Amino acid sequence: MKVLVAVKRVIDYNVKVRVKPDNSDVDLNNVKMAMNPFCEIAVEEAVRLKEKGVATEIVVVSIGPKVAQEQIRTSLALGADRGILIETEEKLESLTVAKLLKAVVEKEEPQLVVLGKQSIDSDNNQTGQMLGALTGMAQGTFASEVVVEGDKVNVTREVDAGLRTVGLNLPAIVTTDLRLNEPRYASLPNIMKAKRKPLETVSPADLGVEIKSTQTVVKVTPPAERSAGIKVADVAELVAKLKDEAKVL
Amino acid sequence: MTILVIAEHDNAALNAATLNVVTAAKEIGGDIEVLVAGEACGAVAEAAAKIDGVSKVVVADNAAYKYQIAEAMGDLVAELGAGYSHILAAATTTGKDFMPRTAALLDVNMISDIVAVESADTFVRPIYAGNAIATVQSSDSIKVITVRGTGFDATAAEGGSAAVEANATEKASATSAFVSEELAASDRPDLTAADIVISGGRGMGNGENFDILYKVADKIGAAVGASRAAVDAGFVPNDMQVGQTGKIVAPGLYIAVGISGAIQHLAGMKESKVIVAINKDEEAPIFQVADYGLVADLFDAVPELEKLV
Repeated sequence: MKVLVAVKRVIDYNVKVRVKPDNSDVDLNNVKMAMNPFCEIAVEEAVRLKEKGVATEIVVVSIGPKVAQEQIRTSLALGADRGILIETEEKLESLTVAKLLKAVVEKEEPQLVVLGKQSIDSDNNQTGQMLGALTGMAQGTFASEVVVEGDKVNVTREVDAGLRTVGLNLPAIVTTDLRLNEPRYASLPNIMKAKRKPLETVSPADLGVEIKSTQTVVKVTPPAERSAGIKVADVAELVAKLKDEAKVL
Repeated sequence: MTILVIAEHDNAALNAATLNVVTAAKEIGGDIEVLVAGEACGAVAEAAAKIDGVSKVVVADNAAYKYQIAEAMGDLVAELGAGYSHILAAATTTGKDFMPRTAALLDVNMISDIVAVESADTFVRPIYAGNAIATVQSSDSIKVITVRGTGFDATAAEGGSAAVEANATEKASATSAFVSEELAASDRPDLTAADIVISGGRGMGNGENFDILYKVADKIGAAVGASRAAVDAGFVPNDMQVGQTGKIVAPGLYIAVGISGAIQHLAGMKESKVIVAINKDEEAPIFQVADYGLVADLFDAVPELEKLV
């Protein structure tokens, strides 16, 4: 079966985020960018499905500026077969992203779409679910285990109270949580091979999707800083402070 | 303006997170109605009707909603919510699962994880794991919003007397079904609702050593959490994880034991009112956010703490 994986180019998760002095946004100038960590897990899961003989082809799609090709090439080096870049310089909201992905789903007709549960920039946690609603596909969100059996997929989900497994008819959508797998690193020969794998570029207009924005960022500020308090000498002093000063015990 | 709040529950009891969502609805302003979708969830509807400030409770009692499967909930809330100005749910794994489906079906964007209300169309939410705070204005005709409980006080669970109305809309999912679940069984308070949380990190060494935290927790009525490092090391299950990728907590007292204070962990607990850090490494970053820091071996300090509290 064909698996479609959506990946996003975001700030590298090791980079300290700084807010622009004019409070208009986060400063991304000269900042290291990388594949969203949850998307790396999505690519890895697709590759493992291919290694198990479940998946036959992995198509990876990204939406963003031309440089987002880098994240597609990384996915190709990890084992995806071909890439699609939906090229746009605009900052897109989740609903538009889901509409663009829906257009790709209609064209590619994958049996499984794997996405990260959220991107570490906007932290929305929306796109996979929105794509599910727009395509009528079932979803297994926050997945920690994915088992394909015939025309069904069982997805174990990490929920607040523990774990929950849902059975979905294929085609279906899976969004990945952190414990689904540990992504591999791309080997040098595979990085070289990835350069020759097909990568198609399309525009939102090619897909018949109009880019609409309904949200305006009024301002972005740094979070309130907590300042360090005091050091206590021993447990007795700690308990005394918590009882008498902070009054929380 | 009429706001629809989707109740969070397990068919037997109303989850306290709903009370924080009602507070967010009050700050937006307007009539507040609550939708209880479940199976044999009459007790939840009764509890919802008593919440202060709620004018009406709509109950969709149907086998289709027993497990609040996202496909069924997404369809139901999109249909029933179409006439409202705002649709609000708690930013729990249930709310995060179905609310984006609802938004997409209504052809609107969604605002996730709000921590403050500026006005009826402008909301505050953390981005970049809480390293930046965005104020976002929405022009959508219906605002679909999930609410982070730690940003809002709980509304009084008693005092209201809303009318309860049954709704027969059936939106069973044809594409997905509940298979099984493994719920963490614990007599301790829920992490996200506890007044005191005591969490262990990699410094705990192994899962058995968490017993010393459980002993303290049981004495002071605390919930027990863990850092991602402790979860990844296999000491404790993931549902105990506090942090960017785990649960977000803001108790009155948070005690971090053997936790270095990685930014991912701080994102999940730095809104706590009082933070205590116990760590033998004086340079651990957790001390930079702690109100009270104790540089000590946790295996000495925690048993002593148990004796003294």
